[in-house]
Amino acid sequence: MPHMSDIQKVIEIEVLRYNPETDKAPSSQVFEVPFTDDMSVLQGVQYIKDYLDGSLSFRWSCRMAICGSCGMMINGVPHLSCETFLRDYYPARVRVEALNHFPIERDLVINMEGFINKLESIQPYIIPKEPRTLAQGEYLQTPEQLNLYEQFSSCINCMLCYAACPQFGLNPDFIGPAATALLHRYNVDSRDGGKEERMDLVRSEEGVFHCTAVGYCSEVCPKHVDPANAVNQNKTNAAVDYFLRFVSPKGGAK
Amino acid sequence: MSKRRPYVRPMDGWWRKNPYFVEYMIHEGTAFFVAAYAAVLLVGLVRLSQGEAAWNGWLHSLTSPWYVLFHLAALLAITYHTYTWFKIMPRTMPPVVVGGERLPAWAITGTGLAVAAAAGIGLLAFVWGMAR
Amino acid sequence: MKPTLKRSNAPIFWALFGAGGMLSALFGPMLVFITGLAIPLGLLLPADALSYPKMLAFTQNFIGKGFVFAVIALFLWHAAHRIFHSLHDIGIHAGTGAKLACYGSAMVGTVIAAYALLSIGF
Repeated sequence: MPHMSDIQKVIEIEVLRYNPETDKAPSSQVFEVPFTDDMSVLQGVQYIKDYLDGSLSFRWSCRMAICGSCGMMINGVPHLSCETFLRDYYPARVRVEALNHFPIERDLVINMEGFINKLESIQPYIIPKEPRTLAQGEYLQTPEQLNLYEQFSSCINCMLCYAACPQFGLNPDFIGPAATALLHRYNVDSRDGGKEERMDLVRSEEGVFHCTAVGYCSEVCPKHVDPANAVNQNKTNAAVDYFLRFVSPKGGAK
Repeated sequence: MSKRRPYVRPMDGWWRKNPYFVEYMIHEGTAFFVAAYAAVLLVGLVRLSQGEAAWNGWLHSLTSPWYVLFHLAALLAITYHTYTWFKIMPRTMPPVVVGGERLPAWAITGTGLAVAAAAGIGLLAFVWGMAR
Repeated sequence: MKPTLKRSNAPIFWALFGAGGMLSALFGPMLVFITGLAIPLGLLLPADALSYPKMLAFTQNFIGKGFVFAVIALFLWHAAHRIFHSLHDIGIHAGTGAKLACYGSAMVGTVIAAYALLSIGF
């Protein structure tokens, strides 16, 4: 007579598979995965790869919600699969898909080229207001100045916000939540003087005005970055730039 | 030749696939009531400019059950618009710092709803005052 | 290889959307209640609250005129912008056609409201 806790629980994991060499379109495959209460969805997918189908492809690294590699759609919601637990779905079946709105390279692996280009385009580094020599020493910043941007610097580039953003899905050129959050992080840094340079992108047709304030990007962010806030603050900035150029000769004259 | 063939999934029906998006479409849909109500007011304004008989005719037309039903629906929809407008506000406005602390989301939404309530009551009081 | 970026004209429509959204959030429900329910059904308010002489005086007043114009025009621009984006959301990317239908109606409504208010006089 086995002890209750010895009875192995088995959960069904439905995975969206896609092999570019053989498949016309993605299709679902269901696996029966034995699991324990401490197992994440990522561990469930790893179990499939190790014991059931070695061809299953997915990205992962740290297993502790800091590398941002293992984002997946879990029952239609963007999550880091390493901090999402199978026990919360059992006994129902759990459905795992590649992050929404990105092209699928293979199985759960998405093509992030567009996102990387966007990260580059926002000039994600401090552009000093004026040249500064070593002899002038370090920059000093007050806690208030740090508070302005700290939250926006917590992004781990997991792209869950893009998978949550229908406007990005409808128009992949939209600069989108995470890149704008990072842009804002530099714009509001007291050491930075690059706001004008970055404005070209913010106010452009690929810029912030694609956003319709759905707000779901901030909802799914595992690091509480609130990218929706960054995007919408920059709508205000772009609008000020738009209207003030008629008033002040400098504003957006470029 | 590259074996890569990235698959782009269609967006059809995306707004039905997540309760969050369903709610989004509902609050976007309140715009139809805002537009329709503005159209009703516009007709009223035009009738007002055409004289007393025209204005009274417009006022009378509003007593039809269809109009009353429409305004009941519009009241619900636009009240929902008010709620969602201030609910999303903490995400759309720059941070408000009071006494060194960032104002929490509930305080921004709460303040907005309180101001809306005050504006509504003020308007009612104004019309009441105008009537006597 | 930086692509040339074209400045978006969205701030105009976005600003009108925001102004109309705020105005309708603040006054919309009570306006609907007053004009659409309280007066037609004889609830709460004196029956002659919106009588012709009173409304004429209100719309001849500079502030009253401004309020009526702002409510009608901004409500229309708010709704036009939202509906335009909703059409895009559900996959109708009619571009110029949808834009013209949405913002065009708001513009026509704005002009009619301005004309009516001017013809009422001061």
